[in-house]
Amino acid sequence: MKVHEHQAKEVFRKYGLPVPEGYPAFTVEEAVEVAQKLGKFPVVVKAQIHAGGRGKAGGVKLAKDLDEVQKYAAELLGKTLVTFQTGPEGLPVSRIYIEEATNIDKEYYVAITLDRSKSKLIIMASAEGGMEIEEVAAKNPDAIITEVIDPFMGLRPYQARNIALKLGFPKNLINKVASVFLKLYDVYMKEDASMVEINPLVLTKEGNIVVLDAKVDFDDNALYRHPDIMEMEDPTQESELEVKAKQYNLNYIKLDGNIACMVNGAGLAMATMDTIKLAGGEPANFLDVGGSANAEQIANAFKIILSDPNVKAIFINIFGGILRCDRLAEGIIKASQEVKPHVPIVVRMEGTNVELGKKMLAESGLDLIPADTMWEGAKKAVELAQGK
Amino acid sequence: MSVLVNKDTKVIVQGITGREGSFHATQCKAYGTQVVGGVTPGKGGQDVEGIPVFDSVQEAVDNTGADCSLIFVPPPFAADAVVEAVDAGIKTVICITEGIPVNDMIPVKQYIKTYYPDTVLIGPNCPGVITPEEAKIGIMPGHIFKKGNVGIVSRSGTLTYEAAFQLSNRGIGQSTVIGIGGDPVPGTVFADVLKWFQDDPETEAIVMIGEIGGTAEEEAAEFIKEYVNKPVIAYIAGVTAPPGKRMGHAGAIIAGGKGTAEEKYKALEAAGATTVKNISFIGEAVEKALRGE
Ligand SMILES: Nc1ncnc2c1ncn2[C@@H]1O[C@H](COP(=O)(O)OP(=O)(O)OP(=O)(O)O)[C@@H](O)[C@H]1O
Ligand SMILES: [Mg+2]
Repeated sequence: MKVHEHQAKEVFRKYGLPVPEGYPAFTVEEAVEVAQKLGKFPVVVKAQIHAGGRGKAGGVKLAKDLDEVQKYAAELLGKTLVTFQTGPEGLPVSRIYIEEATNIDKEYYVAITLDRSKSKLIIMASAEGGMEIEEVAAKNPDAIITEVIDPFMGLRPYQARNIALKLGFPKNLINKVASVFLKLYDVYMKEDASMVEINPLVLTKEGNIVVLDAKVDFDDNALYRHPDIMEMEDPTQESELEVKAKQYNLNYIKLDGNIACMVNGAGLAMATMDTIKLAGGEPANFLDVGGSANAEQIANAFKIILSDPNVKAIFINIFGGILRCDRLAEGIIKASQEVKPHVPIVVRMEGTNVELGKKMLAESGLDLIPADTMWEGAKKAVELAQGK
Repeated sequence: MSVLVNKDTKVIVQGITGREGSFHATQCKAYGTQVVGGVTPGKGGQDVEGIPVFDSVQEAVDNTGADCSLIFVPPPFAADAVVEAVDAGIKTVICITEGIPVNDMIPVKQYIKTYYPDTVLIGPNCPGVITPEEAKIGIMPGHIFKKGNVGIVSRSGTLTYEAAFQLSNRGIGQSTVIGIGGDPVPGTVFADVLKWFQDDPETEAIVMIGEIGGTAEEEAAEFIKEYVNKPVIAYIAGVTAPPGKRMGHAGAIIAGGKGTAEEKYKALEAAGATTVKNISFIGEAVEKALRGE
């Protein structure tokens, strides 16, 4: 689960990381209020969205007085910010963060995340932090320093010091910087993050170390042991349908095409999208109903894909393992009676109790188009979506 | 005719008294698997459809001689269940549980590697392992599999079924089918399974089904180049998956341009594997490979 910068910074503060003073604001009035509370200028007005790249996209503004705070707050709040990390549809700015401005001397990068090829956490850092870090990493991989973290030993203080040394920090700051890394690791472990990132970690003109940006992604599977983190969820950062799908325990991602898919299993769902594309169509969504979906969940899935106005045909592709075909058929029948689909539905099902499932669908009186293979089903769905 | 499990494998089911555990323990037994016991702490002495339940894995092992464990324990306790199994001397641990916190699995994987290098963990978040007509140790629908000479390894459960089904329909059987699961920290990776299949005299061809994300397929390609001379037929799901929203740069820096379906296909082709872009034709491709085409 992603959280906003101001929430991540709140967590960081609890762990003693050096975060500048700042407050979130949801309205222009609040923005002015908190700027007054900060009591000094300039301040930085930062759009809060669940993505990076805000600086480059005009989501981070330096305000030298209250008028400018007001101006930038009005400009950003309610806007949809498109950055290279949001995708073309962007993310809505429903809150901003006002913090004291820092006199930056140099920007560094540091992150901790899982290296899947090692099945271990790694800490990565660079002396060329800031908004261009991905270009730096792509062009000059040597500019990224990494240390592998042993799961039994944790991040060792000597490793943290070594990184600080390699980054070229002045000698008198090595221990201070190392402690930032160790505290960041503490956040990762104790809060069950899946990614923590500071970009930039800043050396100020006054010689202090300051965390200027904070990005944290938490492991959804561990949220049950962090009720306080769970409360930080912001549904405005996901599409309405995706939020609804989550409530139903469905894995749904909206896409731009017109052929809706309903599939069990993430791998098969991706393969179904790929097959639709090979057949000349465009998928309207990714939807994994999961392995243990019941009739009610199938009905919910139906409602969600049908509330996308672009959908011209539905392709149901189920390989019944745990999810039995008769259960699926029951769900399709129940859902069709409830939501009355206005588009053609192609059904391909296979696996446990397939004969019974097929029979139930055939006898239901519903206008369903059967398909024997994925390829056949995809081709039929594409034809139907094109009005053939 | 198989790797990892066969008709002599003695299986206990951890979490056997739960809904999923009892259902699948019964299903596995009905398939012919030797399900010799189950474990649910506090419910020792009971039985599930004639399968005796024990309070601990050690007790189950001592009483039944089990060498394999199938885990259905809920996510908060599943990592501990894996450690309990390996500590009790279980050699093959198959963890079906989906949703285990990654931070719980990282030390467990390291623990097994360090203290039990010969123990195999399959999963978590996987459909399990089946050696057709001998032992089904997992949640897959048994009837779509057929005994034979093609090994299948896959990250995705339902795609495993799709591939096996196509093969069986063409009369092509499988030696062993292994779902390694989709979690970020899997106990077993493609390269491990490829080695088993290469070393198994009865396996004649290997189907490998990957998906976007991570670099396990690229590493598998490296391994194929070095070690595998049997035909490998590979499919990667997610060619059309959009890049999606992201936050932060760490993922992009680690991936370093790898992890896309194109990259994986390229690596596998360079390693000499046959790649299939349309999953519906995987059966046909295997048939051709077996004919030596
Ligand atoms: N409090 C501050 N004082 C001075 N400059 C700041 C402050 N906060 C941010 N900046 C500047 O704005 C840039 C962009 O801000 P920030 O890193 O918070 O957002 P971002 O663009 O989303 O980050 P990223 O590039 O990592 O995706 C920083 O690299 C820094 O140069
Ligand atoms: Mg930043």
